[in-house]
Amino acid sequence: MSTIDVAPENAHDAHGHDHDHDHPSFLAHHFDTPEQQFDSGKLGIWLFLVTEVLFFSGMFCAYAIFRNLKPEVFEGNSQFLNTKLGAINTGVLLFSSLTMAWAVRCSQTEEYKKLTGMLAATLSCAMIFLGVKSIEYSHKWGMGLLPAGSFFYDPANPHPTAAQITSYGFSENVAFFLQNSLYFLCAPFLMVLIGVVIWLVVATIQGNKFQKACALPLAVVSLCFFVGVGLGMILESGGSEGHGADHAMADHAMVDGGHASHDHGDHDHAVGEHSHDEAHASEEALAGGDLSIRQRLASDATNSGLQSELEARRQQTAMASGAVVAQGGQVEGGITSATENVFTPRTAGVFFSIYYCMTGVHAIHILGGIGVLVWLLIRSVRNDFNRQYFGPVDYVGLYWHLVDLIWIYLFPLLYLIR
Amino acid sequence: MSAHGHTEDGHGREGYDFAHPMPVSMLLAVFGALVVLTIVTVAQASFDFGSYDILIVMGIATIKATLVMLFFMHMAWEKPFNTIVFVGSFVFVGLFVIFTLSDSSLTSDSFEPKIDEVVPMVVEG
Repeated sequence: MSTIDVAPENAHDAHGHDHDHDHPSFLAHHFDTPEQQFDSGKLGIWLFLVTEVLFFSGMFCAYAIFRNLKPEVFEGNSQFLNTKLGAINTGVLLFSSLTMAWAVRCSQTEEYKKLTGMLAATLSCAMIFLGVKSIEYSHKWGMGLLPAGSFFYDPANPHPTAAQITSYGFSENVAFFLQNSLYFLCAPFLMVLIGVVIWLVVATIQGNKFQKACALPLAVVSLCFFVGVGLGMILESGGSEGHGADHAMADHAMVDGGHASHDHGDHDHAVGEHSHDEAHASEEALAGGDLSIRQRLASDATNSGLQSELEARRQQTAMASGAVVAQGGQVEGGITSATENVFTPRTAGVFFSIYYCMTGVHAIHILGGIGVLVWLLIRSVRNDFNRQYFGPVDYVGLYWHLVDLIWIYLFPLLYLIR
Repeated sequence: MSAHGHTEDGHGREGYDFAHPMPVSMLLAVFGALVVLTIVTVAQASFDFGSYDILIVMGIATIKATLVMLFFMHMAWEKPFNTIVFVGSFVFVGLFVIFTLSDSSLTSDSFEPKIDEVVPMVVEG
């Protein structure tokens, strides 16, 4: 059973007229049996998955370090992530894993129609995932929830206009992009959809059955991105209550989270008055010309400097009362014990750097998976796979399950922190 | 690999019949379990378990990952060598994360300056 007796030039179409075994077209000439070919590929894809696991572990490590250093930053900023959208995406990805595993089964049992259907279902789920993701991203970009360095979210004004964004030091083009990022994210998918539909129409007119059979599922798949966008819009607009309203630190974070813009004013006002009263009660003893102005300014949660100053004054007053402070003596206290504000650009930006890096690289893997799944879909329409040659479906399946596996960890680590 | 398959139905030669299709019922059952576990993990996020929170969350995620690996990724029927290669990578991930974490907690308490910069933006109204 050796391939030496198969001449290289007819290795692909020689069906073994005078050999003791047939060498089918799908079997590469350097393999003895389909099983050997399958096992070699399988070891290869497992090794590739090992590199993927190690690659992602770098990002999980960064996550672990920063969460270890600043757990309150992760807890506070996780409130900005919409749990509903994350949960829907988890479900969509799990379902795509099911259809992918089913597709592997169909390729082994040689159910060709079903195989194409299962691959198309997997692709559609991937597209819905990306659609929901683009709603999440564009929503955050518009609010300035960006990586460290460009983070400009302001609780007092969560939905800035383009002119206000430029005042944070962005060029007009960038501000325009951040304002309309959803359209920019949808544009490439819209072009793909239009392209596939044109292909479908042309193939139908020409009567090319094979191309039509490819283009029809792909048109449905491209349409599914916009299903995901619609799904995300519905959930995002109704998803303000799941944001941890009872969380004390999230008071100001709550101002965002999909409230319609008209009730921002009232909400803000109420929070501001509340904390103003508290500050007033605790600092009655303080005197000073512009103290009331400072207190008003400090009622904003982002104004950590003024909050710290007021805290320092209060502590100094407390220490000084009933005690004789020596002339020139230093009163320590205040700044070091002030609670750290987790919504400042520097600290919150770190969370969003990690968030965008992890989910972004994951989304790139989804895009890569879509690419190979399209290749599989076209080959499945061509009936390339059979009980002895289902390797490509199986390998892509393993890759797809790994992408799902990573999301299984990402979802609770990013969205479900309390 | 050739231990199953061709011996029962009696067709094919050595190395030509190695497909091991998963029963549909098993796939659906695994998917159902994964969805239930997802609902559980979302539901538990609204309860406060203190420091056990992260352990519970990671525990559920690991159960889900194990289900995906064993059944969807077909690992329960995989060659032992492939299993060792893949699971071995998690050992190295563990080493990597544990050593880096202990290093960062021993050497630096924060990558950030102690005092946050003041955000000057306050909009009245």
